[in-house]
Amino acid sequence: MSTAEIQEIRCRELVELITDYLEGALAAPERARFERHIAGCDGCHAYLDQMRQTIGALGRLPPESLSADAQRKLLDAFRGWRDGSSG
Amino acid sequence: MPTEPVGQWWGIELVVTESPPMPDQQASTAGGSAGSTPPANDEALLAGLRRGDEDAFRALVDEYGPFLLRLALMHVPSRAIAEEVVQDTWLAVLNGIDRFEGRSSLRTWLASILLNTARTRGRRERRVLPFSFLTRRREEGRDEPAVDADRFQSVRDSHPGAWASPPAEWGSPEERLSTEEARRVLLEAIAELPVRQREVIALRDISGWSAEETRNALGLSETNQRVLLHRARSKVRAALERYFDEEGRSG
Repeated sequence: MSTAEIQEIRCRELVELITDYLEGALAAPERARFERHIAGCDGCHAYLDQMRQTIGALGRLPPESLSADAQRKLLDAFRGWRDGSSG
Repeated sequence: MPTEPVGQWWGIELVVTESPPMPDQQASTAGGSAGSTPPANDEALLAGLRRGDEDAFRALVDEYGPFLLRLALMHVPSRAIAEEVVQDTWLAVLNGIDRFEGRSSLRTWLASILLNTARTRGRRERRVLPFSFLTRRREEGRDEPAVDADRFQSVRDSHPGAWASPPAEWGSPEERLSTEEARRVLLEAIAELPVRQREVIALRDISGWSAEETRNALGLSETNQRVLLHRARSKVRAALERYFDEEGRSG
């Protein structure tokens, strides 16, 4: 493979293709070019890795829970609805 | 009188969406959801709910409450308001239960109701935000670059379009991203996103929804969903990079 081929995608373009790549939305030849570039470019390799870390961190955010007060209000609202709707 | 300070960054771009998502019962191809699958006992719980069974209601609130609250927190300026939005959502669910036909998943339906409620509420709340925030409205920004142009070499350099200041590997990222501080950075970055980007990244990356389910809940085309996700992720990554850079300098 020639240098020209590796440079078919420039770093500046590659960062815009990251999501398409991760979503599996790149056509096969484009995907191959993407992967060739990543394999030979430390900056883009780090960038892709940072993107994956970002996604991972978002998925690990701790769950939120309703306050006891809000839960109580919610149950009251439910009972109001039930008693109103079923007579 | 608000009990919590109005965040510096909340609800700012709520101005931009005027078109609510289509109710997803009408989304023609809501069919089988690929990817992460919603819980199987929704149907039993819904049947219970229709009968007025309180245990079924509690079970649904346990199952979906945290998800709804997380979503609400991203769209309104305080926890107190977010809890009200969640409550209004459940009321809308109860009052609309007979209209839910199960053609989409329950959580898709819940998410659309919550987002509609949050948008309406956010629009009202933004009247109390300082004017400067209103001027910051940004559109979805199809053309905004994922990375600042000055990080790349220019046409006058030897390799135009290649990195001029490349990103560095983040050392032990899992630990560093799990700190309280890093989480705050994440949430602030998300709060600063235009509303559609925020909705997409919340469903896809925080709640782990599939692309298809997210499109159905938000009424987006495939391409649109991906563009919004890309913009959102790029900005959140950039915020984390800035945070790590500063941390590196100070420590």
